[in-house]
Amino acid sequence: MILVAVKETDVLIIGAGIVGAALARELSRYKTRVMIVDKEIDVSFGTSKANSGIVHSGIHDHPGTLKARLCLRGNRLFPELAAKLNFLYKQNGAVIVCRNKEEIPALEKLYDNGKLNGLTGLRRLTKEELLHMEPHLSPDLAAAIYAPSGGTVVPFDMVFALVENAVANGVCLSLLTEVQKIMPGREDFLVQTGQGLIRTAYLVNAAGLHAAEVAGMIKDESFSIYPRKGEEYLFDRKLEGMVHSTVFPLPDKISKGILLIPTVDGNIMIGPTAHRVNSFNELSTSASGWQEVFASAGVLAPFLRPADLIASFAGLRAGSNSDDFIIGPSPVSPRFIHAAGIESPGLTAAPAIAEYLVELLKEAGLKLKEKSDFNPLRPVVRLREFDRETQKQLAAENPAYANIVCRCELVSEGEIRDAVRRGASTLDGVKLRTRSGMGRCQGSFCTPQIIKILGEELKKAPAEITKNGPGSFLLAGWLRNRDEAVAEKEEKLNA
Amino acid sequence: MREVPVELLVIGAGPAGLAAALSAAKEGCKDIILVDRLNEPGGILPQCIHNGFGLRFFKQELTGPEYAQRFINFLAAYPQVKIKTGTMVIELTRDRLAYTLSSREGLCCYRAQAVILSMGCRERPRGAVNIPGTRPAGIYTAGTIQRLMNIEGYLPGREAVILGSGDIGLIMARRLTLEGVKVRAVLELLPYSTGLTRNIVQCLDDYDIPLYLKHTVTEIYGEKRLAGIKAAPVDDQLQPIKDKVFALNCDTLVLSVGLIPENELSSTAEVTLDPATNGPVVNSLYQTTVPGIFACGNVVHVHDLVDDVSEEGRIAGRAAAAFIREKITPRTGVSVKPGRNIRSVVPQKVLAGETTLYIRAKFPEKDLFLQVGSDRVKQRVVTPGETIRHTINDDKFAKNVPHIAVSLEKGGENHA
Repeated sequence: MILVAVKETDVLIIGAGIVGAALARELSRYKTRVMIVDKEIDVSFGTSKANSGIVHSGIHDHPGTLKARLCLRGNRLFPELAAKLNFLYKQNGAVIVCRNKEEIPALEKLYDNGKLNGLTGLRRLTKEELLHMEPHLSPDLAAAIYAPSGGTVVPFDMVFALVENAVANGVCLSLLTEVQKIMPGREDFLVQTGQGLIRTAYLVNAAGLHAAEVAGMIKDESFSIYPRKGEEYLFDRKLEGMVHSTVFPLPDKISKGILLIPTVDGNIMIGPTAHRVNSFNELSTSASGWQEVFASAGVLAPFLRPADLIASFAGLRAGSNSDDFIIGPSPVSPRFIHAAGIESPGLTAAPAIAEYLVELLKEAGLKLKEKSDFNPLRPVVRLREFDRETQKQLAAENPAYANIVCRCELVSEGEIRDAVRRGASTLDGVKLRTRSGMGRCQGSFCTPQIIKILGEELKKAPAEITKNGPGSFLLAGWLRNRDEAVAEKEEKLNA
Repeated sequence: MREVPVELLVIGAGPAGLAAALSAAKEGCKDIILVDRLNEPGGILPQCIHNGFGLRFFKQELTGPEYAQRFINFLAAYPQVKIKTGTMVIELTRDRLAYTLSSREGLCCYRAQAVILSMGCRERPRGAVNIPGTRPAGIYTAGTIQRLMNIEGYLPGREAVILGSGDIGLIMARRLTLEGVKVRAVLELLPYSTGLTRNIVQCLDDYDIPLYLKHTVTEIYGEKRLAGIKAAPVDDQLQPIKDKVFALNCDTLVLSVGLIPENELSSTAEVTLDPATNGPVVNSLYQTTVPGIFACGNVVHVHDLVDDVSEEGRIAGRAAAAFIREKITPRTGVSVKPGRNIRSVVPQKVLAGETTLYIRAKFPEKDLFLQVGSDRVKQRVVTPGETIRHTINDDKFAKNVPHIAVSLEKGGENHA
């Protein structure tokens, strides 16, 4: 007989994207064992990483849906959550513009929709008022609605914050842990993963693109997931201040359109496209995607120039066969709860989805008692955001915070080492946690230094350091005559 | 915060900054701080281990580290120059207040009587050239590859394609080959290389590395590590010809697609930039539009040769020392006016006396003459890859002329 160690937990969350992360953090308030697993090497490395980062006002969603209800609730939870967890969020407001007079009736309809959804503070803007508020937008726009509660967030930063805080409060995180098989028992599930077996009383399916696959493991075929790709294009921070609010065109049937997004970090981002793709790995950008995005955004913002483009990326949304989020117990098992088909406004709704999932878990029988020692705060050092006096003090306390590694985004060695200690194990993990390599030079200068720091912190050879997980190695090894050169150098030093 | 007064602050200890600090010290400047964000002086030179440096300045062929070391040694005789490495200027104001950060000294604040900008340039990354496809590991700029190999001792990959035939791309094609990496191709969008002819011969031809002119990368593929690229010839509008796309397997893509002067600090100091060079507008003394702020080297315009960078540094250092000593108010000078087939001219403002103009053509041409005011010089061949130097040495330019026209005119043979 082979004895296999089985890890035990009360709640197992599959998927460490925004939904899984928000739930893990919400559950970490209670005295219950929670485990969160993800197949990737880092959290947020699926759909959440490439999210547009819009905190939606809730004006777009169809009244009465989960999307409408949870978006509005989620939106209201953001300011306090961001303050406690120290993630990058800004309530910059949203304007929905119409490009010509013919579109005004559709704009009116949207205004009424927002009112029905319970939005407050909505305002109609004339062309003049719009251009007064956003003077760099195209003078050809006809009118707009202003939604002051709209915001932007750095999506992966929010996931990191939620997970770090959850882990600090006792949640167990297991990465590179792909769920392979689920064996339902009478009172629990035995889950086979790439890292061994886990026994859990309750399961939450927050597997994003793979949610239908996970549901299929208990023979639940109640929904399907269709990946829908979005391409985004990022411009140099020198355009900071050209737009203040997130600018939406009128929505079409498939999506909210190509947006103009002033990110919290000061870049302007345009996108996303919305096209169904056949593969769950199809993450390439395309010449046609760029043309589509640039043409649409150009109508709103004539100041954009291709020469100011610094990066582009694509992500996949977990589209489903439902018009609404799929949240609730599986028809096959009441202790298996889905949070699937989380498309826009999923990021905004996530904190509210987490609250809702906790209610559903309670209904399914999970007993929850609040912890007395729950710590809701997550501290983090971001040198570039401090004033000069604080920077001076920080540098004096720890010289590593005064050694700048990423010159474009002003990220210090200290912050990079913090990022590794916070959980980054790859170049992208460091980049997404600190912004190093995200600036105008896109890592040309800092990559060699970050490889070195990762090697030191993780006690690995440089050739073992990857961009974003197994297979994505950054180097092929040492130069062949390096040993001789090193020996020669040492000899010189000894002499 | 306490402001530390200093006579001269030089930002960047590459070839421009080293020469500028040296020349200011020779001219009697008593108190110079030369800062650099890297841990050793020399800028990009320490990683340029190939030779070809110093032919004009030292009449000798040196490697990059040797060239830098000469200046570092010269500076050792001037204790009034304090070199602060591992130090980054995070803010510079118009009135010459500078904040620096370093592990050794933390956050400091200097008030300088004069500032020399010598921050150099950076490479254009993949995003700036907007190549469609995936985002795998194995895509580097040529300068990053150079650092990974020559400073850190890493082997970046096994099979490489290089996009762009600028000098660094050519040099790295040879360097990779010497380390056993198979360089499958160098692709160049334009119908001509923007690198020096000697580098095409010595780095590609000598190693049988194919150069595909009028070609570009149309797609990047591979999920984790780069698996390959798709390439295609381009038409006269530089658009890829779709039915001629071919694939090249490689695990490394080296981008050598242009350099951009690093003028983030110049902008915070409100220095006017020239859209043709992306660097500060300077006069014959390499003085910017802001009094007391000078600029030299690749931060002003991208150079072909380090020797010219050092020469500019020398001029800027001397001018800064004179500014500190005499408190001279800046003069504007006479503007140069780029005409036919001229992309840029530096300096943009000419003062009386001798001035060497660095002139860059827009496109390659043969049998021309260069017209600078009333000067006329035969030019057998020009390419955007090789700067034309022309020294004007006549006070008439600075007096009574509204501007100095610079152009490349056809018919060089006839006028010779």
